[in-house]
Amino acid sequence: MSGLVEKSSFGGLRKPLLLPAWLTIGFFLVIPVLTMLVYSFLTKEFRGGVLWEFSLAAYDQFFFDRGLFGDEPPKIEWTYINIFWRSIVQAAVATLICLVIGFPTAYFIATRSPQTRNIWLFLITVPYWVNLLIRTVSMKFLIRDTGPLNHWLMQAGIIDSPIHMINTNFAVQLGLFYSYLPFMVLPIYASVERYNFSLSEASADLYAGRWTTLRRIVLPSVKPGIIAGCILVFVPSLGAFLAPDLLGGAKTFMIGTLIEEQFKGAAGNWPFGAAASMLLLSLVMVVLLFYASSQSKQALHH
Amino acid sequence: MKTMFKTVTTSAALAVALGLGSTAAHAEGSLSIYHWFEYIPQDLLDKFAKEHDVEVTMDTFDSNEAMLASLKAGKLGSYDVAVPGDYMVEILANEDMLDTIAEGELANRGNIEDKWVDVAFDMGRKHSIPYQWGSTSFSVNTEVYKGDINSTSVLFDPPAELSGKINVLDSSGEVLALASIHLGIPQCSTDRDQLKALNALMQESKGHWASFNSDGAKDVLVSGDAAAGMIWNGFGAKARSELATLEYSYPKEGYIVWMDNVVLLKDAPNRANALKFMDFLLEPENIAAVSNFAQYSAGVKGVNELLTEELKTSRESNPPADAPAGSFIQVCDEPTQKLYEQIWTNVKK
Repeated sequence: MSGLVEKSSFGGLRKPLLLPAWLTIGFFLVIPVLTMLVYSFLTKEFRGGVLWEFSLAAYDQFFFDRGLFGDEPPKIEWTYINIFWRSIVQAAVATLICLVIGFPTAYFIATRSPQTRNIWLFLITVPYWVNLLIRTVSMKFLIRDTGPLNHWLMQAGIIDSPIHMINTNFAVQLGLFYSYLPFMVLPIYASVERYNFSLSEASADLYAGRWTTLRRIVLPSVKPGIIAGCILVFVPSLGAFLAPDLLGGAKTFMIGTLIEEQFKGAAGNWPFGAAASMLLLSLVMVVLLFYASSQSKQALHH
Repeated sequence: MKTMFKTVTTSAALAVALGLGSTAAHAEGSLSIYHWFEYIPQDLLDKFAKEHDVEVTMDTFDSNEAMLASLKAGKLGSYDVAVPGDYMVEILANEDMLDTIAEGELANRGNIEDKWVDVAFDMGRKHSIPYQWGSTSFSVNTEVYKGDINSTSVLFDPPAELSGKINVLDSSGEVLALASIHLGIPQCSTDRDQLKALNALMQESKGHWASFNSDGAKDVLVSGDAAAGMIWNGFGAKARSELATLEYSYPKEGYIVWMDNVVLLKDAPNRANALKFMDFLLEPENIAAVSNFAQYSAGVKGVNELLTEELKTSRESNPPADAPAGSFIQVCDEPTQKLYEQIWTNVKK
């Protein structure tokens, strides 16, 4: 009933009210993505830019290796696939760490009294008042060989020589985890908050242990929040380039830095940058579609 | 990262512009500059703004290639002047992105030092004026490594003390040029064996390198993250002033020299102010202020007596008598450039 009332009361205004959203999506999402799609099939202009001639050279470069001088028989090119794979693994690990730390945090907050919950949520968002770049640079200062972290550990007598963290994969993971943790906490919190805790009580009454209750009752109920959190962490981590650049020392290309190099570096290969972006986009879409289809299958089962 | 830096610096520039706007609300015109980071003193920009009643805004970039990309992506027509390096002046001119300075348009043109008038990258200075010049080599923390630092082997075949503690600039042009100097092969080589050797050298050397960083080239040395690092001479002098054990190298194999230049961009919205700014920077007193700030050398007559004692005598600005001459970076043609790009991608794959 209430749904009907809401619908009819804004009936005539629906289209005009949705217009700003559609225009925003059209201008800032659809048009740029289509531009990149078109660019990826054009010919590279020397030192950046495109020539309006159809070409598959960008995709060819991505998948086929013709040797340094381009005259060997084509083999499969692993360079870019490896760069993508490295980025995927890195994003997956960051997502896992965020989940392991974010879930208990969200659960903790959601089980506080309503007044204190807001304070905890507020505290979670505090680091976000500072620009991501500043936070990443601060992290660099903190973990460098001569930084405060090593200094304290040495003073406390826990270690004798500094632990080398800067310019390692560990530092990149730390940066990604720290950057995106709230993206994990907030959706899970929203799910746990809606969770009816009398279900847990019922489960306990039926002699389920705490672990069983968590696994079979709580987790399935808050799954949408967990999946939303995982997507929100995984997708930006995949294209992240601040952490790999500043904390990882920019030693190896990640998807983000590879694409950046095509547009801003000496390479100036816009079609290739566009093609890599399109492949990244397709990859993310496949992951999301896979998730969506598995969700709808589950819905059928219930 | 660079984009973020640029956003930050752009916002900073905007804040400065707004600040200036409030005091000089009735400025006659404006001037939009596209400049390297951490290079020009704000006082000097304020001085120009005041003298000519012009509102000055500045965006910064951290590599010649990033500047070219930004101009190509539609920023041409929004800046009046830019400050590209030598080879990039030639590229911009080839791309038809520069305006020509007509005879007599610059009152102070005669102030340009004779040796910087007919330069290979802009014969007769049709589009540009000299800004600052210097060298690209590397600095070594002599507390960590006490051996001879005047060889490119320090970067490309480092001693055990330095392995894993080296930063190189995140710029393919400069790194590959210095690597070519190390191997004694020409830049823009098309010889297969030489290119294979260059590729192999890069694969070998990168295992010894801790990071690729340009805008942090000074910071990584001063903080101790790196014990040796590629750096521009003036930035190296600044690093040494913060950490005295750093020493700038003049490798016996050679090193890179460069000159940054102020160019008049095509479709400059404030062409007249751009020329005023160029004349302003050809005044010895003004360009000396840049040199004293950035620790590089000017290309203008009568600057020497205005330099600080420190700059006049610093090792970074005064190569020792036995140091070889440096070489400018060369502009390769398209097929050759493609090979160098491939080598660079191989470094980071």
